[in-house]
Amino acid sequence: MTEIAVHVRGVDKTFRTGRGRTVDALSGIDLEVAAGEFVSLIGPSGCGKSTLMRLIADLDTPTAGELTVFGKTAPRARLDQDYGIAFQKAALLPWRTVRGNIELPMELHGMPRAERRARADELIELVGLGDFADRHPDQLSGGMQQRVAIARAFAEKPRLLLMDEPFGALDEMTRETMQTELARICAETGAAVVFVTHSIPEAVFLSDRVVVMSPRPGRIREILTMDLRGERTEELREDEAFFERVSAVREALHGSPSAGAKGVENR
Amino acid sequence: MTAPRLRTVLAPIVFGIAVVLVWQLLVTAFPAKGSALPAPFTIAGQFAASAGVIVQASLGTAANALVGLVVGTLVAVVLAVLAAAWRPLDELSAPVVTALSVIPIVALAPVFYAMFGASVETGRQMIAAIAVLVPVYVNTLRGLRTVDPLHRDLLRSYAAGRWQTARTVTVPGAVPFLFTGVRIASSLAVISALVAEYFGGPVSGLGKAITSAVSSSNYALAWAFVLGAIVTGLVFYCATALLETLALARLRPTG
Repeated sequence: MTEIAVHVRGVDKTFRTGRGRTVDALSGIDLEVAAGEFVSLIGPSGCGKSTLMRLIADLDTPTAGELTVFGKTAPRARLDQDYGIAFQKAALLPWRTVRGNIELPMELHGMPRAERRARADELIELVGLGDFADRHPDQLSGGMQQRVAIARAFAEKPRLLLMDEPFGALDEMTRETMQTELARICAETGAAVVFVTHSIPEAVFLSDRVVVMSPRPGRIREILTMDLRGERTEELREDEAFFERVSAVREALHGSPSAGAKGVENR
Repeated sequence: MTAPRLRTVLAPIVFGIAVVLVWQLLVTAFPAKGSALPAPFTIAGQFAASAGVIVQASLGTAANALVGLVVGTLVAVVLAVLAAAWRPLDELSAPVVTALSVIPIVALAPVFYAMFGASVETGRQMIAAIAVLVPVYVNTLRGLRTVDPLHRDLLRSYAAGRWQTARTVTVPGAVPFLFTGVRIASSLAVISALVAEYFGGPVSGLGKAITSAVSSSNYALAWAFVLGAIVTGLVFYCATALLETLALARLRPTG
């Protein structure tokens, strides 16, 4: 039996919105992510996909239910630094260079200077920013900033990567390039990934499984296995099997082949 | 120099020259006996003739303003750090800060002179320091409070401690705010140090020089000293604005 990276059983999350009112962000979520598996969470705005990721990251706590990361509680896993994280915005420190930003987590966790510098240089090469190591974030394009954020997420070789729409703010061209790069890096490192997105092709292209969610309260509607074997290359985007999966996810999202769901991009 | 840059530099200069010329023209066209507003060229002549005294007086006031600026900034930063670290202190100090900000600080001059004696500069420096305290404190505290929620999440995901978060995110993010406060406070320091001199004591500053020039009806000299005060204020403002620009460039808060 393979190791379980993320285990979620019966998780609810209710937010208080003041004056006694509450919003059910998540209700009865069951999900398991195996080590090395790439799982996307997709759904319209407000379906709780980002909230679910934040619960796994222990940036929020579930109202009810059971949630473990590599068999530990979420807070324990956070303290043990079992995951790397990337957000929709790069969230780089503007006063640090590219290298300084990538070194941040290693610096905080007490890695010796020479070691973390070597690791940062390695990561900078990995994301193709070799000429920009000493630049500051404001000198980089949005796509480059996001690469820095991804390099930073990989800095400590996490076995689990949490990504909240990391390519959401990028243009289509950059987005596809970044997806291909992410697929390559993930294949190289063998990390499990929980990937929040609202792009169907993006989810299909990257994932082993796609978790389709519905809003108010956020529930898992369906989990689809992609079963797209082989490398994630540009050819896959033209593949018949790829289009089939895209249609399958779209239908699962919309409930029927023709209905339109709001807040979901079909790109 | 590019065209827009040339325009931003040139336009105020042209405007300034125009204002001086119109002023000169008006005073020449309608001469009033013993006017308290002499022609600009008369003032310029007086300024050149008494340059030595004016520089002396400016240095006297500037020294007090500088001590006040430095001391006030240091105290304000310490208070802001404490208030940011411990919220009750912020709440306790809020009314005091508000009170400080509305005190006509020159009203404190006679009190301080009574406490420390008018012959020493302590009272005047303290007045400048108090004037500086409020803007620097308010800005620095706001800077320490303004942490990007994403950065907070990020540091939490790294399981960073309180001090680590302060060192890597909170403090660097607050520095530009601090320098903005210092820039705002810089001209206040000069004005306060100058006005404090109005309340007696054998002083060597601009305030005293202006009052004594006026009391002997030497208005051209009085205005020459005012010009000196303007230059002193501008030097303070430009120096601190430069510091702010450097801090912004180094810390790049807009990135």
